[in-house]
Amino acid sequence: MIPQSPSKSSLPNTLEHRPEHSSQSPLSVHAMTVAYHKKPVLWDVDYDATPNKLIAIVGPNGAGKSTFIKSCLGLVPKAAGLVEFWGMPYRRARSRIGYVPQRESVDWDFPVSALDVVAMGRYRHIGWCRPVSRKHKQVALECLDLVGMKPFASRQISQLSGGQQQRVFLARALAQQADLYFMDEPFAGVDAATERAIIEVLRRLKGEGKTVIVVHHDLQSVPEYFDEVILLNMRVVAAGPVREVFTKENLHKTYGGRLTLLSEAAEAVARNEIGV
Amino acid sequence: MFFDIGLDLFPLLAAVFAAVSCALLGNFLVLRRLSLMGDAISHSVLPGLVIAFLITSTRSPIAMFAGAAIAGVATVVLVEFVKRFGRVESGAAMGVVFSILFALGVLLIEQAAARHVDLDADCVLHGQLETLVWYSAPDSFGGLFTLQTLQQTPRQVKTLAITLILAIGFVTLLFKELRLAAFDSALATTLGFNATFLHYLLMIFVATATVASFEAVGSILVIAMLICPAAVARLFTDRLGSQIICSVIVALICSIGGYFSATILPSAFGIDAVNAAGAMAMMGGIVLAIAVFVSPSHGVISRVIRRRRLSGRVALDDLLAAIFRATEKGQLQPTRTELQIGFAHANLHRTIQRANHLQLVEPIGTQQVRLTESGMQAASEVVRRHRLWEHYLVEKVGLAPDHVHETAELLEHLPPRPPQGPESDPHGKVIPKGFS
Repeated sequence: MIPQSPSKSSLPNTLEHRPEHSSQSPLSVHAMTVAYHKKPVLWDVDYDATPNKLIAIVGPNGAGKSTFIKSCLGLVPKAAGLVEFWGMPYRRARSRIGYVPQRESVDWDFPVSALDVVAMGRYRHIGWCRPVSRKHKQVALECLDLVGMKPFASRQISQLSGGQQQRVFLARALAQQADLYFMDEPFAGVDAATERAIIEVLRRLKGEGKTVIVVHHDLQSVPEYFDEVILLNMRVVAAGPVREVFTKENLHKTYGGRLTLLSEAAEAVARNEIGV
Repeated sequence: MFFDIGLDLFPLLAAVFAAVSCALLGNFLVLRRLSLMGDAISHSVLPGLVIAFLITSTRSPIAMFAGAAIAGVATVVLVEFVKRFGRVESGAAMGVVFSILFALGVLLIEQAAARHVDLDADCVLHGQLETLVWYSAPDSFGGLFTLQTLQQTPRQVKTLAITLILAIGFVTLLFKELRLAAFDSALATTLGFNATFLHYLLMIFVATATVASFEAVGSILVIAMLICPAAVARLFTDRLGSQIICSVIVALICSIGGYFSATILPSAFGIDAVNAAGAMAMMGGIVLAIAVFVSPSHGVISRVIRRRRLSGRVALDDLLAAIFRATEKGQLQPTRTELQIGFAHANLHRTIQRANHLQLVEPIGTQQVRLTESGMQAASEVVRRHRLWEHYLVEKVGLAPDHVHETAELLEHLPPRPPQGPESDPHGKVIPKGFS
């Protein structure tokens, strides 16, 4: 048996007494460690989000980007650490937080219309056991309109293209009317029109004073689309305004380990080639 | 007689209540790709029942339900456990868990039987619908509406009626939550509708419906009704609400149809009645088989019809284009023989007949044909699309001009319109003006 460390029990379960975290921040993460099958995926992550910014999370595959979002939202259990939203635990901040999961995470053959899916964003406002009223359907329809999908409202979701499905997901997030959004790879595999629609929505959300945290893959578009960036590779390599943080040096630190390994592998292949 | 109240009423009611309850809940199992979970729960409920019986020494419904509900939840937990730590996919995990639990139940029943206890493994499989005979039944339906009827209703039928009401209440009240959790469990949880909680709640209801149905209809019917109606309904609907209603109708067809085909049909042919629950489950299979053929969107027949319609339209388009091209070469009234060359479809004469019927083409004598005014419009539209596609394929896609005809020949019949283009195609032919 591993003896329970005394510091763990005395750890405060709020961040109130930690001056480095502010209750103004929509998201404060303190010393968060997450493990899958005992293997750490995120290691002692500290982070404070600046309010009203578009924030990209970038990092190599397996860096724990999705895990970061999911453990903030309590979907993946934390091994250690604390997460607060505006100085509150997730339970109390729930209705102010929106979430766009990866598109592949759901079954698109499910018997619902695009409008039904968007209306799901209203369920928190509707509450348990009540049907979706006309008023909420109207809000959902307006959100569909914002992403240019109003004509497809009554389509079954399997009849939509990948980009259209992503826009439906985005409309659903809008329908949540949250103050902080987490989006897991909304740009993955979408067409140019959808990418523009998503960016328009992100800017609109920022205009309304909201904070959006997006898992992003395309490094080139980071400076164009985002204000701040989190460089993640099992730990936070760097986080802050794109201009200050998004440097060649930091990127190398984030992706570097993998690249070295890859080049080693390439060399091994090359050696074999010579052997043959 | 067609319907004997004493013989048929209670078995039929029991079957209908059980089938509809299972169908309602089954919709969510099928959508969550947990169809096998119904199978697993209905098998592993057996040891739960026997253990509850061995502990309390009664067959009181409350003890039975507690045993079943605990067994149901235990199954779900065990499946999760095996899946995670046994590193197998969920189908294998369910298979392992329920076969072992069922075996445990059989062993326990034998133990109980050794103590002269009245629990029968046979009735667990196909139920005892036939024992629900009402000896003092009234002669007519008018005599049913008395207090006496309620008093004499067998316990199994009452239990199933309550189960049905519970299932209807559960699915109606939590429709929105169950749909959300089935579609996107992560979002459900972040919104405060805990998907795990809803999952276990659903499993408790499945276990309840299973145990309530056991005595009367047996586990074969339970498994069939959890899956078949929802599977059939999926083929006919594309909204969850209508899918649930459709599954209830299918459950009614299976239970009522199955009951009569088990009792009345055999006697009409002079053979012994067969097991009603078995017949109902068979009915589910038959309905599913029919649905696979006749479903409007996914069915085999509708697919054939759609394909034939499309090929008919393509043949018509090709005929009009062929006459148009002949007209372009100055041959205003091409003969059937001339048209036959390059006409890739089976029946030129029938296509001409159809075009004539639609007043697009008129025959001149027996051999020649000519386009009517509306035929001319339709034909130039087809040729316009063809040549615009050729232009697009050469200019935008970058194919060689001698490579594009086949592709354009296909694309001209399909809904996407080619973008506007110049006045002539890559082969120098004039692109006809559009009429619209």
